[in-house]
Amino acid sequence: MVEIRFHGRGGQGAVVASNILAVACFLEDRHVQAFPAFGVERRGAPVEAYIRVDDHKVLLRTNVYTPDHVVVLDPTLVEVVDVVRGLKPGGLLLLNTDLPPDRFPRFAPFSVATVDASRIALRHRLGSRTHPIVNTAILGAFAAATGLVSLDAVCRAIHQEVPSHHDENAAAAREAFEQVAVAREADR
Amino acid sequence: MRRVVEGSHAVSHAVDLARVRVISAYPITPQTHIVERLAELVADGVLDARFIRVESEHSAMAAVIGAASAGVRSFTASSSHGLALMHEMLHWAAGARLPIVMAEVNRAMGPGWNIWADQTDSLSQRDTGWLQFYCEDVQDVIDTILIAYRVAERVSLPVMVVLDAFFLSHTYEPADLPEHADVDEFLPPWEPVEVLDPAEPRAFNQLASPEFYMEFRHKMQQAMDEALAAYPEIDRAFAARFGRTHPLVEHIPAEDGARAPLALVTTGTITSTARAALAELRDRGTPVDLVKLRALRPFPQDEIRRVLGPYGRVAVIDRNLSFGYGGIFAQEIRAALSSLADRPVVYPFVAGLGGRDVTPDTVRAVVDRALDDEPPGDILWAGLKE
Repeated sequence: MVEIRFHGRGGQGAVVASNILAVACFLEDRHVQAFPAFGVERRGAPVEAYIRVDDHKVLLRTNVYTPDHVVVLDPTLVEVVDVVRGLKPGGLLLLNTDLPPDRFPRFAPFSVATVDASRIALRHRLGSRTHPIVNTAILGAFAAATGLVSLDAVCRAIHQEVPSHHDENAAAAREAFEQVAVAREADR
Repeated sequence: MRRVVEGSHAVSHAVDLARVRVISAYPITPQTHIVERLAELVADGVLDARFIRVESEHSAMAAVIGAASAGVRSFTASSSHGLALMHEMLHWAAGARLPIVMAEVNRAMGPGWNIWADQTDSLSQRDTGWLQFYCEDVQDVIDTILIAYRVAERVSLPVMVVLDAFFLSHTYEPADLPEHADVDEFLPPWEPVEVLDPAEPRAFNQLASPEFYMEFRHKMQQAMDEALAAYPEIDRAFAARFGRTHPLVEHIPAEDGARAPLALVTTGTITSTARAALAELRDRGTPVDLVKLRALRPFPQDEIRRVLGPYGRVAVIDRNLSFGYGGIFAQEIRAALSSLADRPVVYPFVAGLGGRDVTPDTVRAVVDRALDDEPPGDILWAGLKE
């Protein structure tokens, strides 16, 4: 079983990102379960969402404590939230940032992937300069960095789950798929 | 069609499949997604129903009592304090013998203010005359709403379909959403016996003096007995059409044909986590059988005696508490077993109150303590901070 944690800010689409990823994995005949952190959500506050992917029905109905991968939608969160809390050694940390992976030496025990999802989202007119909608771009980067799911499945899930701008969202995912930079823990 | 659906939205779509005609509800976390989606389905013209907006849960229940009295299939949903505010009307719905179905999302009662999973809200409504079915996963939620209407309309009593806050209400997972045509076959339109009709005025729910009241109550008890007797047949009809079965007591032995030294009884989503935890324990040489209990009312006493009676030890996990006694399902189980001359020792655990996570570690700790020489006691706390 693979467990993934998403970090975002309320209103940024972390929960929707986890749902799209769940649908993408489901479209590839995997068993999935997605759920948000159970809190009192407010716009702008740090939020978390989780997904489990397995070859069998997911039976655990508990919180995720030791994720295999962590995805961070908001570049400012790494300063205020312990984003690698419980992340398995060698696990992948995917950050939305304009910096390359080697600028994050503090995450050395993990593989680090970075993609400028905010810039990609804006190029495709998703959201505004202050509130870019990065959740579809980041999933393209996730597909490339982990190989857990195909880009094609992510794009099909976007068409199913996102209410509008399907083509722009899918294009953002494709661009992020190409642009993500990964520094593997083993190579460092 | 199989697709990824949220537990709350699964309720809404099942209500659509049941062709409910009147919905009245008041939003409360974590139940809100259910009525939000229903409001959308009605506004979009997908579901041909009246959505009656009200100023409180008490009025929501009153509105569906009115609708059901007029012979219309009706639905509401609530949670925690909202359910508590309905309490008076819950008695009324059952006493008026109305087959209303309600989705109840288990959430803790305040104070301290808490929006997380805890069964004490629904279990406090035990004696209102409602049937109560507890769900394990999203598929269970869809199927139980459909089964609930069939049972309710068969015995003229209301049914509460209960699901855990967040662990089920806000969880997305794949489930089969049946086709309308199949559901129509399983759940034909309700044919009420008595209908409130202004064209044909009659008195309803009038004074019942001591001369009559007790017989009304006796009939409600008979209806509960009938629900228990009819359930297996309704479950078989459901299984014949949809290929899934939902017995009131599900016995899941660790090893086929063998009885483990311990049976663990669970309800709601804890059952699902326990399935995973017990499979791991079995593979490590500690077989423990699982018993999923689905109903609080009618309480399947004979089935509980038949399934649990032969065990040496039974552990129960309750995500609820009756202050001054202990876990409520354990209390019911101990009462049912008390008529057996030879009965298991019951280990009544209380865990997971107010949304505290019940993990495979919690399940393993409960199993270890029940298999160890710990005195059984009247209440055993699991996961309590020192």
